[in-house]
Amino acid sequence: MAGELALIAVSAMLVNNFVLARFLGICPFLGVSRRMESAVGMSMAVMFVMTVASLVTWLVQRLVLTPFGLDYLRTVTFILVIASLVQLVEMVVQKTSPVLYQALGIFLPLITTNCAILGVALLVQQKAYGFLQTLTFAVAASAGFGLALVLLAGLRESLALARVPRAFQGNAIVLVTAGILSLAFMGFSGLVRG
Amino acid sequence: MEATTPSRPVPLAAEPTAVPAPAPPGAVPARPAFTTADLTADFTRGLWKENGVFKQMLGLCPTLAVTTTAVGGLAMGLATAAVILASNASVSLVRGAIPSSVRIPAFIVIIAAFVTVVDLAMNAFTHELHKTLGLFIPLIVVNCIVLGRADAFASKRPLPRALADGLGVGVGFTLALLALGVVREMLGFGTVFGTHVLPGAYPPFLLFVLPPGAFIALGLMLAAINRGQARMGA
Repeated sequence: MAGELALIAVSAMLVNNFVLARFLGICPFLGVSRRMESAVGMSMAVMFVMTVASLVTWLVQRLVLTPFGLDYLRTVTFILVIASLVQLVEMVVQKTSPVLYQALGIFLPLITTNCAILGVALLVQQKAYGFLQTLTFAVAASAGFGLALVLLAGLRESLALARVPRAFQGNAIVLVTAGILSLAFMGFSGLVRG
Repeated sequence: MEATTPSRPVPLAAEPTAVPAPAPPGAVPARPAFTTADLTADFTRGLWKENGVFKQMLGLCPTLAVTTTAVGGLAMGLATAAVILASNASVSLVRGAIPSSVRIPAFIVIIAAFVTVVDLAMNAFTHELHKTLGLFIPLIVVNCIVLGRADAFASKRPLPRALADGLGVGVGFTLALLALGVVREMLGFGTVFGTHVLPGAYPPFLLFVLPPGAFIALGLMLAAINRGQARMGA
């Protein structure tokens, strides 16, 4: 059991990294990686929401959709659950921890349309994971997202000082950099089979 | 894929206000809420000037993920275009009825409904394609372009203009995905739509159909666009 969970974790975090191999969550990956601080804030917010959202959608699927044969409503239900969850998290954090809210506040609304969150919820169903596996998968996937985001933010801070050819300035060089980062992550693919 | 109106010279009207003021009952409106020039402008804007992929860097997850082949890019583009068109139309029709505080959840439900329709239809009629695109069909729901057009444009405009805008943005997105798919398939496999186009001596550069190639190919295309525009501007 522990071995299986470790396999899921390594696979979701490194081998099939959500951003660099599966292309989930590209918008925040490119959007908030300009500065290290915002990258760290976004990673924390995603990690929090992704873990909670995947567990809640797992419960919704198990307790509502499957018993009533409503599988075809999965997309609608999941996105609604995620949207309301993000709203709820925002309200709770605002009330209970002003410090945390200041750090994460502006990132929370953006997370609703982060496809990594819905992606995790749907992938968990595709792979028919149990509760513990879902928890592991979500934590590892969001850690992988955070890792990629922080790495790119570090690279972009250095890039800001580099002399970039004029045609490549702006998003072009960031995409090529992300490509090289993705190439580096392919080195992990020998680590786990499957 | 043709413009909604032929490009004959149309008298340029001043940009109309977002929502025409309600006319007093019985009064004849001074001028229509929109002109054919508006419709043409709405359609062409999405094609290039506000192209989601190349200009706004939106909707990049499906853009990068499914463009390993030209067919994948084209299919994903058309599926997304269908959702944009349908959601733009619906949002425009119900725009008076939704309070602005709950508009985003309402739009998301509308979009999710159409995505489910497309998902089920593709599974039924184009099963192989559906398997290739996989996860990214339900993920059209969180494509920022779809929600962006619904909120920024369709929720404030009459139906014909919302349709013209949806068509333009949809076609622009499809063309962008098709272009990236063609480039990656050509460089990665030496084929386009499965037909060999490069001479046999060309060794397929497999990198371009692997995940890193998606980032690099799009980055190179953006650089080419920047250079082309700098040339034309200078």
